[in-house]
Amino acid sequence: MAKHEYSYYPGCSSQNGASSSNLKRSIDTMCEVLDVKLNEIPDWNCCSASIGYGGGSVLPRMTLSARNIALSEQAHPDQDIVATCAACWLATKEASERFAHDENFFKEANTALAEANLKMTNKKPIRHMAEVLIEDIGYEQLQSGVKKSLEGIKIAGYVGCQTNRPFGIDGESFENPMYLDKMVDALGGESIKTYEKKVQCCGGALAFSEPDKSQEMIKGIIEAAYDNGADMIVTPCPLCQANVEIYQDDINAKFNTKFNMPVVYYSQLISVAYGKNASDAALDGQIIKAKKLEDLAAK
Amino acid sequence: MSDMNTAMVEKYRNSFLKEVEANVEEGEWVKMCMQCGVCSGSCPLGPHWAHPPQEIFMMIRAGKREEVLASDSMWMCTSCYNCIVRCPRELPITHIMHGLATYAKKLGLVPKGQATAEFSQIFWNNMMKKGRVNELKLGLSLYFKDGFGQGIKNAMANQKLGMNMMKAKRMSAAEFFGGHGIKDVSGLQKMIKKAEEIEAAKLEANK
Ligand code: SF4
Ligand code: SF4
Repeated sequence: MAKHEYSYYPGCSSQNGASSSNLKRSIDTMCEVLDVKLNEIPDWNCCSASIGYGGGSVLPRMTLSARNIALSEQAHPDQDIVATCAACWLATKEASERFAHDENFFKEANTALAEANLKMTNKKPIRHMAEVLIEDIGYEQLQSGVKKSLEGIKIAGYVGCQTNRPFGIDGESFENPMYLDKMVDALGGESIKTYEKKVQCCGGALAFSEPDKSQEMIKGIIEAAYDNGADMIVTPCPLCQANVEIYQDDINAKFNTKFNMPVVYYSQLISVAYGKNASDAALDGQIIKAKKLEDLAAK
Repeated sequence: MSDMNTAMVEKYRNSFLKEVEANVEEGEWVKMCMQCGVCSGSCPLGPHWAHPPQEIFMMIRAGKREEVLASDSMWMCTSCYNCIVRCPRELPITHIMHGLATYAKKLGLVPKGQATAEFSQIFWNNMMKKGRVNELKLGLSLYFKDGFGQGIKNAMANQKLGMNMMKAKRMSAAEFFGGHGIKDVSGLQKMIKKAEEIEAAKLEANK
């Protein structure tokens, strides 16, 4: 039996052929090396992220999360819910907190849930994978399994918004969270503690609807990584990863820059540091190749 | 003007603040704002809002109903939660922005063609169809929202990005034919319908 087991909420963008399928693949690899077992919540649905509000108002939106909580309770009664996507985590946790604080709201959600023959008690902790890494595994243990140190690779830890606010990781500051830097250091890499854009918003879903405004913000995130001498950016968030990686061509065309900055997940760093190959670490899912990681993986 | 909007104008003739308190998600917090401006100063989209959060709260108290509900300001919120963690009075600003947006939509006051409002609706409809988002169709509906000709233009302009995503296996043509979804779609849809009914009944009762 695995050392740690969780009820897993992967989210839409992590599915095969979706924009952060590389997150899912590297998470699977990471969990295998860390002896963590993720049990997918059967028939989980979309949480409507942070952009669904224009289509569904508060109760319908929260009911989406209620369904996932109910299904998790049914299938994995003793396991915490763990999400890898910032928006999934936030939506589920926010819904759960609001049910806990507002009896009426909780009852209304259960009335709606009954239409799908479900019921939720809302007793489960809702956690982010980063919390699992820090609280259940810890930096020391993370370090002890390193086979290929990330030595010499300079990595800008881009935490973004929703992994950091409003809940954040226990004990970390909203303005200057350090856990990504600590993870990078534990893997032998060189974290950039002065990376000033680590909690800057990437525009979230407005990258689609207001591309000009969002791309201006994304430009700042990448520029600061260059200014700090970074070889790559690491992030825990699928939307941060996508927004900061895939628009670099557009930004180059618009602002006359020459950006070519890889943006990877912590799970990819861990997978490579633990001796996994490039494909297990899902490095083939990068649009901007993380050359230094690929070289290390091939060694 | 929608019937609901007319009814609300009648009922809350004297206080837009009361209307917001009664009908907008977390609207009861608005009166706690002390106008320090931290939210507006912290907001990444700050420079682009016609009325950043602090101003919106002031305008609500000043009874500027039409200017608030028909503005596109709250649709500028990226949900970054910067304002929430910094507000000295701990107002749930992000939720109020979403709440104002939803309320404006229920009253039929969203400015026509507001890009984020449109995207948000497209996203919701996409998700409701199968219980999970179909990213390929989401992208296509966004490109083609202003008609076929514009859609082709948009798709061409984003061709390289699309190819990159396909190559990295982060976009799949298979999604066009079915794609991911949940098993109990009808249960999910019934559940959402019920939630909407519960909310509609409350709004009706507040009329
Ligand atoms: S930060 Fe809070 S108190 Fe200050 S203006 Fe904004 S909402 Fe009001
Ligand atoms: S959550 Fe919205 S209103 Fe608050 S700072 Fe971010 S974008 Fe601005």
